[in-house]
Formats: sequence, structure tokens, C-alpha cells
Amino acid sequence: MFYRENGQFKTSYAADQQIFTIAQDKWFVWGLIAFAALAVPMLADEYMFRAILIPFLVLSLAALGVNLLVGYCGQITLGAGAFMAIGAYAAYNFMVRIDGMPLVLAMLLGGVSAAAFGILFGIPSLRVRGLYLAVATLAAQFLCDWAFLRIGWFTNNSSSGSVSVAKLEMLGWAIDSPTEKYLFCLAFVVVFAFIGKNLTRAAIGRQWMAIRDMDVAAEVIGIRPMFAKLSAFAVSSFFVGVAGALWGFVHLGSWEPAAFSVDRSFQLLFMVIIGGMGSIMGSFFGAAFIVILPIFLNQFLPLLGSLVGVTVSTAGISHAELIIFGSLIIFFLIVEPHGLARLWSIAKQKLRLWPFPH
Amino acid sequence: MAFFIETMLGGLMTGMLYSLVALGFVLIFKASGVFNFAQGAMVLVAALAMARFSEWSNAALGGDSLFLANVIGIIGAGAVMFLVAWAVERFVLRKLVNQEGATLLMVTLGIAYVLEGLGQTFFGSEIYSIDVGMPKDPVIMFEGLFEGGVLINKEDFIAAALAAVLVAGLTVFFQKTAIGRALRAVADDHQAAQSVGIPLNKTWVIVWCVAGLVALVAGIIWGSKMGVQFSLVTVALRALPVVILGGLTSVPGAIVGGLIIGVGEKLSEVYLGPFVGGGIEIWFAYVMALIVLLFRPQGLFGEKIINRV
Repeated sequence: MFYRENGQFKTSYAADQQIFTIAQDKWFVWGLIAFAALAVPMLADEYMFRAILIPFLVLSLAALGVNLLVGYCGQITLGAGAFMAIGAYAAYNFMVRIDGMPLVLAMLLGGVSAAAFGILFGIPSLRVRGLYLAVATLAAQFLCDWAFLRIGWFTNNSSSGSVSVAKLEMLGWAIDSPTEKYLFCLAFVVVFAFIGKNLTRAAIGRQWMAIRDMDVAAEVIGIRPMFAKLSAFAVSSFFVGVAGALWGFVHLGSWEPAAFSVDRSFQLLFMVIIGGMGSIMGSFFGAAFIVILPIFLNQFLPLLGSLVGVTVSTAGISHAELIIFGSLIIFFLIVEPHGLARLWSIAKQKLRLWPFPH
Repeated sequence: MAFFIETMLGGLMTGMLYSLVALGFVLIFKASGVFNFAQGAMVLVAALAMARFSEWSNAALGGDSLFLANVIGIIGAGAVMFLVAWAVERFVLRKLVNQEGATLLMVTLGIAYVLEGLGQTFFGSEIYSIDVGMPKDPVIMFEGLFEGGVLINKEDFIAAALAAVLVAGLTVFFQKTAIGRALRAVADDHQAAQSVGIPLNKTWVIVWCVAGLVALVAGIIWGSKMGVQFSLVTVALRALPVVILGGLTSVPGAIVGGLIIGVGEKLSEVYLGPFVGGGIEIWFAYVMALIVLLFRPQGLFGEKIINRV
């Protein structure tokens, strides 16, 4: 009833090429951003910020980056955690070693460093693909795990092996309360989501998708596979690197290489696949699912146990969490292999036709 | 020189153990095109089941016969692996025929979580030991050749021999038996195999069973070496470069890859490690696999990948 495009006539090419061609979509997204920026800080308490909202925002940025590579360019990566680590450690080193380095610039430079390594580890993609490539990217993961643990220079020779950021400040604005941290992350995520969305609509994104659908055919019609694949690796690693810097600086504050282990890489890939490959919105759905589900299970299982009169041990809870998490992943993949984003678009389609079924 | 050979032999033995895990990957990939990340979890579950069943039956028998307890343990663990194979086929794979590789890969990760959780719920999450009577004492060999001889762990030796027998058996199974042919046919083309009357579902159960048994052997050997504990799961990550190096579809490739990676790891750790701070084993294996990939994208023994538009 409300979600119709009837009567919205486009009179110029620019209007036809907008991101959101339907006005309701545009209003919905602007409303969502306004809600996230204005209403959420008033509604949420500190626990919400720390445990749910900030991890959700940062991981959705990372998932967005992974989605550009996996969903749009079709190159499976299991090394995303490594690029997060590179982003975080590079940003840390820029902050520590250069006096008066602005925070945001350091984070972006962290992203650039991650992009450089992304290109390096993307080179195998020119020769191999699919599962072989996935394993090849694991090389990046283990190399980074090792390097940040063993090479003292990266951690500024800190004795405990963990690094910490003293104070977050941007243009005289000290970012220390959870609300400010949340807004800081939100700003990054909104800007990068728009960049990502526009990249995928532009020539470069179309090249990625052509490579994804059939790389030999894409090459035949004149798309340079080397440029397309490596640029996808670079852009994706940049996003992931910035997310890594945010994760380290804003969410964790102080961190060890274990924060970016191979589990993180798997987690990010999960987000992309559950959320929906090749969908910006899907990255957010996937991140929300993966961030909230363990917290929910953690709270919910003891409650359920006490209802039926069984005290569940902590080990039992963590095992049950594993089982439920795994089963839900299997369930989702079976029921909706195209991810939550697909459900979203089905819902929109239904809404457009409502009240008619077809 | 003796030290070099010692290191190399040590590497070969470890490599054999990697091959065992790698075999599990290859078997399942060959028959269903699924890259099975749950192999590590399967090794864990198999080892846990084996350790606990033999412990329980040993207690029930009053500690008289360790041999009998172990036999019961192995049978029990085998039954568990069969159950896993059946459940995976029935509830997961059957519903995901014809899906993309990435989806299937993720599904096996989901399976891995479920197996880890279930295995630890049923069998406990402590560290357990498996005692199948492997000799633990080292022996000195080639004393006549080198001064001081070469120190070899007998346990490793037996494990490697066991792995070799298993591989030989599997090769015969795949090449000579009717079921083996059926498995290869399914791997080649699901539809064509089905059209000549090969039951897809049954074949998948069989291949997951075989992979489960391989996981059981790997679990017993690894478990008796370093105890049955959660970290067995990571063995799968150590075995991945082996599969890639050898080729995803080749049983001999898994063996040769395992040996190369095993030796490479040990030699690099001993001779290169001290210069860069040690602990390079794990990424060195991956980098080795990566370099091979750059020159032979299908791995050493894999089938050549042909791309058509």
C-alpha cells in the first residue's frame, strides 16, 4: 500500500540512475540513518553500545569489504582476519611513530596498508580460483598471525605482545564515552556503505561482477582480469583494514594478534554468506545475525534451563551454543542459500504487489 | 649429517600423519565436490569417542583386558562415525545438491561447529588419553652409517606404517572395487552417475563413512601422541596446505604432499627458524603450497583445470 513506485516518473537520466530509484527506499534509508544517529544514542545503554552496537557496526563494515570481494568479484577469501590485523597494526604504528598523526588519517592509512597487502596476496587469484584460492588466502592469515606475534617492531616492542591506544581524539573531540565511540563508528560505516554501494554500481563493480559470473567470458569481452581481480582485492582489503583499525582502536582499545585469528576470517565469511552474497544490505544482516546470536544464546540458554529445572553448566552452555550456532547456519543455508538479503528483497517484492499475491 | 637425516625422518613421519587427515579431505572432495572443513571436527569426535568408549568399557571390564577395551572403543567410535556420515547425508547434503561450492564449504563449517559441540557434550571436554599399546621409546638406527646413529621415535614409525597401509588399501578400494568405481563416477558427474543407476545418497553415506574411518585412524594416532583434546581440531588447518599441494582430487597427491610439507616444515623450523624467531612451521607450509599453486594451479597431482566459456 505504501511501498509503490506508481506515479514516480523519472524525467532525467540522473534521476533514473539514483541509488534508490524508489522514493520510499530513499526515505527508509535516510530514516534509518537518522534513527541510528539520533534516537539510538538516547535509547541504548552502555552495555548495548559495548557488547552489541559497536561490534555490529565494525563487523558489518568488515563484512561489507569481504562482500565486495566474495560476493561481487567471486574470489573466496579466508584471510579477512589478516587484513583486519594489518589495518589495526598499521594504524597503530602510524599513530605511535608519527607525532601529531590525526586519528582518522591513521586509520585510513591503515586501510591503505591493508590494501597493499591485499594486492600482494591477491596475486594467486590470477592463477587459481575457488577453493584453492580460499586456502591460498589462509597463507596470509597464518603469516600475519605469526608476524604480529613474533616481530617486535610491529608491536613497538611491547613486552606483553599486546598493544593499546591511549586516547582517541579527533579535531579536539575526545572520543571516550560509548556513545561517542558508537557515533564515530557509525559515521565510518555510513560513508563506506555509500562508497561501496556506488562502487558496485560503477564500471569497476560491473567488471567485478562479470569476472564473478564467468571470468573467461569476461576476459573475452575485454575486461582485464588482472586489474579487476586485484582492484577487488585492494578495495576489499581497504574496507576490511579500516574495519580492523576501528575494531582495535575503538572496540578493543588494547589487543593481541589473537583478536584477528583465523576464526575471525571464518566469521566474516559467515556473515557474507548468511547475509547474502553480492548485497550491501546483506552484509549488515549477516553481521547482525552473527553478533547477536551468541549473545542471545548466552542469555537465553540458562533461562531456558532454569525453566525446565536444569542448571546448565558454563561448559554445557558453550557447547550448546556451538551446536545451535552450527545448526542455524546449516538451516539457513538449506532454506535460503542466497542469504537474508534475499528474504529482504522478497519481502519488498510482496509489499509492492500487496494486497495481490502476483 | 645424522642430525639432518633425523630431522628429515621426523618430518616424513609427521608428514604421514598430515596425509592421514588430508586423505579425509580428498575422499570427500572426490566423491561429492564438497571441501569438508569438518574433517578436523570429525577427527576430534572420533578420537573422543574412541578414548571414552575404551575408558568406559575398561572400567566395566574391571581393567582386565586393555586390548578388549580398545577393540570396543574402536567399534564404538566406528559406529559414531557411521552415525555422523548418515546424519550429514540425510539432513544436510541431500538438501544441498547442486549448490555452489562456497555454500557447501560454509555448510561443512556449520557441521564442524555442531560436531564439536555434540562431541564435547557427550564425551566431555577434558583431555583424555588413548593407549593402544604403541611403544613410546625411541630407537637408534643406522649406527653403522653415522656416528651416534639416528634417533627415531618407534611410535612415529608405526604410525607412518599404518598410514601407508591405509593409503594402499584406499587406493585399491578406489581403483578396483565396484563401490570405488561408483564413487569415482559420482565425483565425475552427479547426473551421469545417477542415470546409469548409481544411488547418489548411498554413495555419499559410504564416502563420508570412509572419511570418518580415516578420521578415526588419524584421531587414534594423533590422540595417542598428544592426548585427545579440543586442539585436535586445528590438525585440519595443518593438513590444508597438504591437500592443496598434492591436488584436491588425488589420493597419492595427499601422501606426497604430506611428505613434502612434513619435511619442509621440520627443515625450515630447524634451519630457518632461528633466524626469524621460530614458530614458522605453520605459515611455511602454506607459503610452500602457495608457491606450488602459482606454477601448477591444480596442485602436483590434481586433474588439470580446464576453463570453458
